[in-house]
Amino acid sequence: MGNRTKSRAGQSLFRGWQGIVVVLLGGLLLVWLYLLPGGEAAVAEAPGDEPGFDQVENGIHLRTGFADGEGLMAVVTNCTACHSAKLVTQNRMTREGWEQTIRWMQQTQNLWDLGANEAIILDYLAAHYAPEKKGRRQNLTDIEWYELQP
Amino acid sequence: MQRRKFVSRAGLASLGTLLGAEVVFGHNLPEGLTLLGLQDPDLFRRFGKDPDMTLLNDKPLNIEAKAHMLDDAVTPNRFMFVRNNGNIPVKADPATWSLSFDGESVTRPKSYTLQELKSRFPRHSYELTLECGGNGRAEFDPPASGNQWTVGAVSCARWTGVRLRDLLDDVGITPEAVYIGYHAADTHLSGDPGKEPISRGIPLAKALQDETLVAYQMNGEDIPLAHGYPLRLVAGGWPASVSGKWLTRLSVRNKVHDGEKMTGSSYRVPCEPVAPGAEVADEQMCIIESMPVKSLLSAPRTGAVLPLGQPLTFRGHAWAGELAVSRVAYSIDFGSTWHSCSLQAPANRLAWQHFSGSVRFPKKGYYELWARATDSSGTAQPMVLPGWNPKGYLNNACHRIALKVV
Repeated sequence: MGNRTKSRAGQSLFRGWQGIVVVLLGGLLLVWLYLLPGGEAAVAEAPGDEPGFDQVENGIHLRTGFADGEGLMAVVTNCTACHSAKLVTQNRMTREGWEQTIRWMQQTQNLWDLGANEAIILDYLAAHYAPEKKGRRQNLTDIEWYELQP
Repeated sequence: MQRRKFVSRAGLASLGTLLGAEVVFGHNLPEGLTLLGLQDPDLFRRFGKDPDMTLLNDKPLNIEAKAHMLDDAVTPNRFMFVRNNGNIPVKADPATWSLSFDGESVTRPKSYTLQELKSRFPRHSYELTLECGGNGRAEFDPPASGNQWTVGAVSCARWTGVRLRDLLDDVGITPEAVYIGYHAADTHLSGDPGKEPISRGIPLAKALQDETLVAYQMNGEDIPLAHGYPLRLVAGGWPASVSGKWLTRLSVRNKVHDGEKMTGSSYRVPCEPVAPGAEVADEQMCIIESMPVKSLLSAPRTGAVLPLGQPLTFRGHAWAGELAVSRVAYSIDFGSTWHSCSLQAPANRLAWQHFSGSVRFPKKGYYELWARATDSSGTAQPMVLPGWNPKGYLNNACHRIALKVV
């Protein structure tokens, strides 16, 4: 998929209403850019070219939210084409569980043969997204305390 | 296609630079364009969602409410959870939209335009509880795969449309008809046009209920795009996945519908209870029908701190699938003692019911307020996780909020 999603310009793209004139003018320019043969080449870098594209901070790959570690880029490449990285990072499974999920995606969701990357991906997932014991009911956590008005 | 998507973003970014101003295109963006950011405010604005809703997944789009956002008697769009299996449709033109009927057991296969549905059949409105079958999945141990819903994948909006029964009368069904399967305009994540992201349905008995609608309005307006514009099947009290969005076709089947997410472990639980973590063969899994009794404390928001001597008033909603809620109780001592809440009758069958109460605390300290609903058959919510199942459905354990008395 196109991966050039996290630039500053991109993030501020749709923020704030600047008036209908801007929108209309923008629309016309957009049409012009679409119609202009090769026009995009003049204004666009290729995906992944800008600095910081695959930046990792505090152990997190900023662009996707994946944990940094061996196999990260194989996971990014193979696991975010169809769905968001969030579908992976919010789940916890054993290596066998992740393998079953891959088989299910291959059998029903058009996931391709991962070849030599499969073991790399499974090792990564089993290391970073393994189940934690939760018991039958957990403590309430992340409570933001506030004064209740009578 | 990939190139074009990339270019469109680059083009917009460049425009912003060129104009020295930001460009507001959020609601006009072509669908399928990968939206920006992990918790992107524009994604929320585009679908009219409150920015404090929780984004579980941005592809496919899955968003849930926090408990205190569900305080309204009738859930507004901005606080309504979004659950998608595929991509939201690119085109939803009301002028050309039609709903067709087919299947082994339809007598007269035919098609209706949106206008025909609105003008030819009586219009009905009901408040209907829709809860994701996987609401509460995040608590299961061992964990169940899928979106990790906590408590906020439930809503009760006012839906308006025609009765499915009236349409079935018009097309005619044969005595062999047992199930209605839906088909819709959403597209598969893989981009494969031959695949449907989801195609579920309901048994004939559910289809014939008064409250089962082919809806064209939600809360008095056109259905929001994320919730099925322009047409949605709505069958309250059942897993919300049976209420197909962007409805284009209904198949009258002579067998249990076998569309996508009707088989395997999808929206199914073990027919007989299993130990946590057990492997369950597909043929031992049964389709979820009515959702179980459940309740939610919507006010105050969890984390309230109040002075000793000040009574706490609280409120919330309770629902019970096909059944009514007969009582709601609360506890501030982890279930050692339970006390009655006041409970209202539902606006109509299959609508959630509002409860409220007031409590005084005996001394300073940390408390949890727990709510527990009991349905009209006498079944109450469990305080701990109910039966483990491979996909983490039907967690109706009591909701609770944290409080401090100082």
